Amino acid sequence: MINLTIDNQKVAVEAGTTILEAARKVGVKIPTLCYLKDLNVIGACRICMVEVQGARTFIPSCVAPVAEGMVVRTNTPAVIAARKLVLELILSDHPMECLTCLRNQNCELQDLAKEFGITEVRFDGAKTEYPIDDSSPSIIRDPRKCVLCRRCMSVCTNVQTVQALCAENRGFDTLIAPAFNEKLANMECVNCGQCSLVCPTGAIVERDDTAKVWAALADPKKHVVVQTAPATRVQLGEAVGAEPGSIFTGQMVAGLRRLGFDKVFDTDFTADLTILEEGNELLQRVTTGGTLPMITSCSPGWIKFCEHFYPDLLAHLSTCKSPQQMFGALAKTYYAKKAGIDPADIYCVSIMPCTAKKYECRRPEMNSSGYQDVDVVLTSRELGRMFIQAGLDTTNLPEEEYDEPLGISTGAGEIFGASGGVMEAALRTVYEVVTGQTLENIDFEVCRGLTGVKEATVQVGDLSVKVAITNGLGNARKVLDKIRAGEADYHFIEVMCCPGGCIGGGGSPIPTNTEIRLKRIDATYTEDERMVLRKSHENPAVTALYEEFLEKPLGHKSHELLHTHYTPRGVNK
Amino acid sequence: MKSLDELAKIKESRRAALKIREGVPSATEKAHVMMCGGAGCISSKCLEVVDAMKEALSKNGIAEQVQIILTGCMGPCDMGPVAIVYPDATFYRRLKPKDAEAIVEEHIMKGNLVQRLLYRAPGAKEPTPKVTDIDLFAKQKKIVLRNNFYIDPTSIEDYIANDGYAALGKALTQMQPAEIIEEVKKSGLRGRGGAGFSTGMKWGFTAAASGSPKYVVCNGDEGDPGAFMDRSVLEGDPHSVIEGMAICGRAIGAEQGYVYVRAEYPLAIERLDYAIQKARENGLLGKDILGTGFNFDIEIRIGAGAFVCGEETALLTSIEGKRGEPRPRPPFPANAGVWGKPTVLNNVETWANIPEIILKGAAAYAAIGTEKSKGTKVFALAGRINNTGIIEVPMGTTLREIVFEIGGGIPRKKAFKAVQTGGPSGGCIPADYLDTPVDYDSLGALGAIMGSGGMIVLDEDSCMVDIAKFFLDFVVDESCGKCSPCRIGTKRMYEILDNISKGKGKEGDIELLVELATTIKATALCGLGQTAPNPVLSTIRYFRKEYEEHIRDKKCACNVCELEE
Repeated sequence: MINLTIDNQKVAVEAGTTILEAARKVGVKIPTLCYLKDLNVIGACRICMVEVQGARTFIPSCVAPVAEGMVVRTNTPAVIAARKLVLELILSDHPMECLTCLRNQNCELQDLAKEFGITEVRFDGAKTEYPIDDSSPSIIRDPRKCVLCRRCMSVCTNVQTVQALCAENRGFDTLIAPAFNEKLANMECVNCGQCSLVCPTGAIVERDDTAKVWAALADPKKHVVVQTAPATRVQLGEAVGAEPGSIFTGQMVAGLRRLGFDKVFDTDFTADLTILEEGNELLQRVTTGGTLPMITSCSPGWIKFCEHFYPDLLAHLSTCKSPQQMFGALAKTYYAKKAGIDPADIYCVSIMPCTAKKYECRRPEMNSSGYQDVDVVLTSRELGRMFIQAGLDTTNLPEEEYDEPLGISTGAGEIFGASGGVMEAALRTVYEVVTGQTLENIDFEVCRGLTGVKEATVQVGDLSVKVAITNGLGNARKVLDKIRAGEADYHFIEVMCCPGGCIGGGGSPIPTNTEIRLKRIDATYTEDERMVLRKSHENPAVTALYEEFLEKPLGHKSHELLHTHYTPRGVNK
Repeated sequence: MKSLDELAKIKESRRAALKIREGVPSATEKAHVMMCGGAGCISSKCLEVVDAMKEALSKNGIAEQVQIILTGCMGPCDMGPVAIVYPDATFYRRLKPKDAEAIVEEHIMKGNLVQRLLYRAPGAKEPTPKVTDIDLFAKQKKIVLRNNFYIDPTSIEDYIANDGYAALGKALTQMQPAEIIEEVKKSGLRGRGGAGFSTGMKWGFTAAASGSPKYVVCNGDEGDPGAFMDRSVLEGDPHSVIEGMAICGRAIGAEQGYVYVRAEYPLAIERLDYAIQKARENGLLGKDILGTGFNFDIEIRIGAGAFVCGEETALLTSIEGKRGEPRPRPPFPANAGVWGKPTVLNNVETWANIPEIILKGAAAYAAIGTEKSKGTKVFALAGRINNTGIIEVPMGTTLREIVFEIGGGIPRKKAFKAVQTGGPSGGCIPADYLDTPVDYDSLGALGAIMGSGGMIVLDEDSCMVDIAKFFLDFVVDESCGKCSPCRIGTKRMYEILDNISKGKGKEGDIELLVELATTIKATALCGLGQTAPNPVLSTIRYFRKEYEEHIRDKKCACNVCELEE
């Protein structure tokens, strides 16, 4: 242990601890901007400077390790004045459009300015002027608002291993952008939106599509239906002021009805359907010598990643569309017919924890109903804003139920939102379908949690099913490289693009960090346990769908509506 | 070569052939003409002089009896092209191709010096023919540039003849690694890149650090405006750097070295590359050096021209193939350098000192200089001074000696105003302090720094606001942009200065500049940012009146700034 003094308090911490972390342990809060624990520890913004006795300069507490006998002062007038001037400098190169910024009142820079009591910026010199990049269907970059903290770069490079963003030019002209300031849409960017999740300001935000939805709701000719992704119900509360981990299912349904949606359906329903299609696809591949391991295809960020970086492995992807796109295809066919509505008049909205879904719904192959199957995707953050704009006291709304039939679901669909959930749901079904026996313990704990790569072997009848589960694309790479090297003997792999799975998706409420991800995961499994039905094949609405419309899993209509193909894209050279 | 004996044999035979350069007339050769081949003299067309001279020699049938050698930089760049003719060590300057015939036919063939090409001290009637009699050279002390008058930088034999690689031989056969480090510590050598950290201590930390392999790196990313000390060493005596690095390899247990040179130094790169190749061919780099079992090799890494890459952590990051940006210290390179491995990083000039220290002993080296700054220092003299160019003087030489004796004073009888040392990281020292001995600590106390050795002399016509603005402009352009104080703060300082220089300054600007400067120094990530405000702070400290005149009276006394209105 290392002994030191921080603001006259004696502290003992493990060697290698930073001054910042040591200070937090004794309740001393040092302000930060670029720092993001475990993710971005580069000492760039210089807000967290402290005084260390004997040091020639102030010391950046986020990167400086503690040393024996160190005497640290975190709040001397000199330190506070220095921090304040550094902050004033950062603000002097900021557009100050707070009132018209999507991140208004949810901005770390704004918070700091308030904490420091900045009432004036004395520098009226040049400001960074780079055009806004709105080429991406998912993410808008406004370099003028960038504070060059590089969190986005770090998450894109180190966590997702996509490297769509880098530092270019230098000095005052430094820009964080795709290489050669290329448009994001022309890059290998997978639209995961993790950058928007870590951006402390409004420099990287989701594309706001709420106006389209307001317009549809206002259009009397439109029959507006909405689907809500599994993860939304355990995170939406945060967007309207509730505590992380709040379960918000009934309030969200009630709120959506009050906004004027004609039907409030659930992506959990098509999650159950996915299990039947994908489970059968797996069994077919196993029995007929198809390409193994088979990999899940629910996560559109992951799909684009595979198309760019592992185009040689596309045959491993399940041909199943994501639950969102299965829903869209069914809403404008099965549901339209059942409800007697012209599909041309149906406007299909998705609420997703995900920015990549905005891209997915625009893919040219996602028109199997004869129309764009899903018309628009809103992230949890956008729906939160709509609720607030509508003046809804969402937290106190009476809980309501989803509409039938596309709102009926099971716990298996529910857990799709957490990493390992698809796998667990599949195992619950595959086991019973293959063995004909009832699964006694349906909780596959081995699938759960934040571990980057999880592996398990599950006995299903005569077959030892070997599975792997990854979350975060950097972790996916590890398993994909094993497949490439011929060293992977898995049958089935679940890949989720975002750390923690969809509950940590790029469209989630901000902040989203490890602690909050864990709370949302807990809420997910609590929801699962509360459900009466917890296995996808027991979903009566899915059974009815097959009986009335699809006939059987992997049948002709399924192939037409529920399955897709992929495009090898490769990387920019 | 596989042994010290072989090295000694080469030295002996070559030395005999070079006696003429020590002033001993030769029976077979009439002269050695040492033509300065530094980048400066090449720019002033010394190669055309060489061609003309060869032609004159052929015409007179004595081409076989005269050697023309292209050396490294001799220093007096404003007199270039310059040459020394041995054995009598006659110094000729401002040579043109048409002068070649006279030198050959009069001097070399008849022994009559060509009067009109000789050096005349300012104000002197008679010329000073012999190089060693010229004040400019006589007052210098050459350790780093010991070979620049004497050898052909492309000849490893010439280097060996002047004790080259003898220090490496000694380090490999007579000294333990710890002894080498101890010797370097005792010499008192401090880093010549500017910060002045003890070289021996740095080596000691790296030797003690856990982790392998270890690396030896040479910083040749010289970037201060007006500085070309390192270029002169690499062009004129590349083997001295190679030898110094190899000795360090032995001391810390490293087998790989990198020399990071900026791409703007093509000649330095070419000569260093050639020297590395020759050292390999001669068994002085590579496996089993001198038959001792010691392995060491060097690769060149070419920098793309970012000033910040002269900062050690940025340089290491650049070697790794990444964007050249500094990283926080600790960890220091001694513990986590190139690819996170223990690394010694020293500047070109530091490396060139090492062979001399090892060969002649720490005590001899430490006898030169001041109490805390040992040895010599190379400076690049520029600006309003008669003798611009490269000089090497013992530490502790006063600014007055450098400017007025070696540098020959200020041209056109103008008054001296200040000397700017340390480039964009340094400061301006006014006339009151001309008797300050030049060493790390004295310059630091004046708000300047030793830096890598740039010295820009300013006379009464130099506007100090303009000077500060010039250096700040440089820094704003070269800031990497990683940390906010440097990225935005230096820009704001520049904007304020620019306003002042245009007559748009306002009351409080000086105070705001000082506030910004102080905070940037205390909060910037690397040495670049931490020292960037120095030119402004030091000019405010010594020439505040000039700032006030610009702000209050809207006037530039030196008529340099273009004031609006």
